[in-house]
Amino acid sequence: MSNQIKFVGRLFVLPLLLALSGCNMVVMSPSGDIAMQQRDLIVVSTVLMLLIIVPVVCLTFFFAWRYRNSNANAKYDPEWHHSTGLEVVIWSAPLAIIIALGAITWISTHKLDPYRPLDRIDAERAIPPETKPLVVEVVALDWKWLFFYPEYGIATVNEMAAPVDVPIEFKITASSVMNSFYVPALAGMIYAMPGMQTKLHAVINKEGNFEGLSANYSGDGFSHMRFRFHGLQQGGFDEWVARVKQNGTALNRDAYLKLEKPSIKEPVRYFATVEDGLFNAILNMCVHPGQMCMNEMMHIDMMGGGGVESHENRQKLEYDNRHADEEAPGATHPATGNPPRSEEPAEGVDEGGSSMNGMNHDAHQGHAMPEGSQGGPAPAQLNTNESTQP
Amino acid sequence: MFGNTTLTQFIFGRLTLESFPYHEPIVVVTFIAVALGGLAVLALITKYKLWGYLWHEWFTSVDHKKIGIMYVILALIMLMRGFADAIMMRLQQAIAFGGNEGYLNPHHYDQIFTAHGVIMIFFMAMPFVTGLMNYVVPLQIGARDVSFPFLNNFSFWMTTAGAVIIMISLFVGEFARTGWLAYPPLSGADYSPGVGVDYYIWGLQVAGVGTTLSGINLIATIVKMRAPGMSFMKMPIFTWTSLCTNILIVATFPILTATLALLSLDRYAGTNFFTNDLGGNPMMYVNLIWIWGHPEVYILILPAFGIFSEVVATFCGKRLFGYASMVYATCVIMILSYLVWLHHFFTMGSGASVNAFFGITTMIISIPTGAKMFNWLFTMYRGRIRYEVPMYWTVGFMFTFVIGGMTGVLLAVPPADFVLHNSLFLIAHFHNVIIGGVVFGLMAGVVYWWPKAFGYKLDPFWGKMSFWFWQIGFFFAFMPLYVLGLMGVTRRVSQFEDPSLQIWFIIAAFGAFLIALGIASFVIQLVVSYLRRDQLRDFTGDPWNGRTLEWSTSSPPPDYNFAFTPVVHDHDSWYDMKNRGYERPLGGFKPIHMPKNTGTGVILAGLSVALAFALIWYIWWLVVVSFIAIIAVSIGHTFNYNRDFYIPAETVTATEDARSELLAERT
Repeated sequence: MSNQIKFVGRLFVLPLLLALSGCNMVVMSPSGDIAMQQRDLIVVSTVLMLLIIVPVVCLTFFFAWRYRNSNANAKYDPEWHHSTGLEVVIWSAPLAIIIALGAITWISTHKLDPYRPLDRIDAERAIPPETKPLVVEVVALDWKWLFFYPEYGIATVNEMAAPVDVPIEFKITASSVMNSFYVPALAGMIYAMPGMQTKLHAVINKEGNFEGLSANYSGDGFSHMRFRFHGLQQGGFDEWVARVKQNGTALNRDAYLKLEKPSIKEPVRYFATVEDGLFNAILNMCVHPGQMCMNEMMHIDMMGGGGVESHENRQKLEYDNRHADEEAPGATHPATGNPPRSEEPAEGVDEGGSSMNGMNHDAHQGHAMPEGSQGGPAPAQLNTNESTQP
Repeated sequence: MFGNTTLTQFIFGRLTLESFPYHEPIVVVTFIAVALGGLAVLALITKYKLWGYLWHEWFTSVDHKKIGIMYVILALIMLMRGFADAIMMRLQQAIAFGGNEGYLNPHHYDQIFTAHGVIMIFFMAMPFVTGLMNYVVPLQIGARDVSFPFLNNFSFWMTTAGAVIIMISLFVGEFARTGWLAYPPLSGADYSPGVGVDYYIWGLQVAGVGTTLSGINLIATIVKMRAPGMSFMKMPIFTWTSLCTNILIVATFPILTATLALLSLDRYAGTNFFTNDLGGNPMMYVNLIWIWGHPEVYILILPAFGIFSEVVATFCGKRLFGYASMVYATCVIMILSYLVWLHHFFTMGSGASVNAFFGITTMIISIPTGAKMFNWLFTMYRGRIRYEVPMYWTVGFMFTFVIGGMTGVLLAVPPADFVLHNSLFLIAHFHNVIIGGVVFGLMAGVVYWWPKAFGYKLDPFWGKMSFWFWQIGFFFAFMPLYVLGLMGVTRRVSQFEDPSLQIWFIIAAFGAFLIALGIASFVIQLVVSYLRRDQLRDFTGDPWNGRTLEWSTSSPPPDYNFAFTPVVHDHDSWYDMKNRGYERPLGGFKPIHMPKNTGTGVILAGLSVALAFALIWYIWWLVVVSFIAIIAVSIGHTFNYNRDFYIPAETVTATEDARSELLAERT
């Protein structure tokens, strides 16, 4: 994408932009370098396609008018239906455009791959060699956003901040259903999926208070699943971190399990401390005491599997039914009669089964179950960890 | 499962009084209106003693023409329902600003957008397309019916059964609140425990049986039943696009069926195909559903392309430019449509090479599509264009569709898609191609083939009104959504905070209102044309100076379509026959072998509704009973040897003589 193309592109789209200047088209005037490049790509692609669209539309109207029935002057040739030359043109003209666009697509898709670390701060500035990106771990909850700042040991809900001109590395997951993490001013979106981690690299170049949202429908509270993204100068960012530390409470597993329950229009919350390994536990769906982490199971599988005994791990890996004994929010008719799968008799849990100890890599054996968690959100059938066993 | 249930639970499953949404005033009012309207219709049918006529002449008919008409009627009824959903969404989004929650709570709104998508695709566009293919294809290839006439009747009733199941969800229980493709884990048992997703699954599964079977039927018809002399490269272009569409249907609908079967196993049997835990993988569902979903887009648009090709050639009075390249373009689109599904979820994070591959294959589809556009353009060139209503729709399509095509290619560029995916820009794009392409094509098709089906043309004034309201309404309704998409507004949102967006939603709502006038004009057109049918009557069977075989027979065609199977020498066969001085055969008629009507299709479809309802509400005894009944009726039908009859030569002679007299009077 040379600068000339961009210039021509902007010239072309300028009148359109002026006509629409009444509204704030954040996608067309973003504040982050990635979104800026994506905007340029939209403009360039549009211009390339207009090269063929405009003539087609003009010809359509011209032919439609010129060859109307009442126009006796126009030539009428009912048998003319083939022209090799014309056929070559009508297949090769779109082909040429698509070759150009395809090349741009291949290059830009690799260059703007959200997994690829940034190589510049903006069009003029490269990244200074000693820069360390800011790592932010994002969790899409029902229906709010949780942000971890592992380097600062803090976490926030529905508000995040980042210093301008510092690369940000997002690690994104979700707690229950698929969402999409999207800050239009910053960069394109990426899905947030439970049990999986997606990544996004981006940088904010302007100070400001921007909107972030979930772009993938996720249920009742989806419309309000929004957060503020603050682009701040380094000083301002440090102040923001200090404020979070000063006003925040502690985010341990118990607090997370309460936070994780579905809620709508959740206010901004600050957490001054975060329990170690919490994001990793969320990602592996094992925050609840007694749960087995998915990566452990995957490890067992990778080592050849646990054999016939592995069914005993089944209950420790169940996750989706964790709210099964609660009323689904917003349901017209609660307790729809759908039996939770966990009603199966818990015979998989074999108290005397010494054979399972060999393969039980439960990382949380050391975690004492916090006081009061018995009344927490834990579905009864999951309380099979050591502390409840005789 | 039967262990400690009470008797009521045994009889009604999870269906209770609470399941009826009597606390939702909108639904109650709708129910009263539908009930009163329905009762009025039933009363009228009873009063005029039409039940026997309907049963013998229509419901049990295996005549492809009647089945085609019934498909289109189903599609138009479902268009009303789907459009009512659309209007409700537009109103909600136009008022739900700044703390105003609008008049629809999320629970209701989420059902509406799901129902709108499901109904418009599966129960409006699909039956509409199938109906036109059913009506027109056998006539275009000079056949007397489709290959499997009973199967055709059965397919129609299964499609209708699916629609009935979806409609029941409006008044009994609720519909899915998942979006029209019901992505898990949201649609799984744990996050959508209610009956909504089950209605979705069984509605689509039942209708899917009909769609798949009708696809097989039409492929067999086109491949095996063409008139002598009609080689593949002499087939009318609409038949070609129908062939490709039905190949797509047969190849893709089983994927949908399998995917939904896996989802229902997750929901009913506790398997873990698409759950978060225990090794399930929701991403697999998203891939599978779009491997069906993208070809589905072409299932809908290809027949529309075929209709435009027929219309443009007829009303330009000129052979279609580049017939061969049109055929190749259609086939290329058919094949490429399987190679692009991933562009629906670039943002899942597949990696740059995968995304780029699917982006580029998507763009490549625009080459044959562009070639088609040029072919229509150069058909107009040196033509003599008669601006009848179908031609209005065609020119409107050519202008509207290229805009949608352009935004589509834009969305195929993965980094651009990252900022536009799931936004209202995307909504604007696919409505641009589906309304500007599919709906415009279907409207053109209805106006074009109406005189063939009913013997009189549609009133042109109201047809043009309908066109202009649709065309202008479309731009008012969807151009603001392009703008909103660029403002970072995403889909399926029911309440907004930023007041600067509101004006665009109000413009869009105004556009939806104009489209409502377009639909109203269409209905008025049907009524006015019926009342003026004597002035609009077509005696010739060829009111547009057509080019393909359907115009060679009378309007409406006799039961047997053609007294003698036509012999084809060139494409645009009827035009060719007219040029060669074709003479209608006046004697020597023979008895014609025809299939006999049967009620089995209606009965099987009715039992399928019962089975689906029972599965949705966990009424297990009814599941067993209706399933056994379906098997029994199916087996019983195989013992029905009384399947065909001969139309006597005298009847054929009488019918043809009556037509000869009519033609003689007119000339």
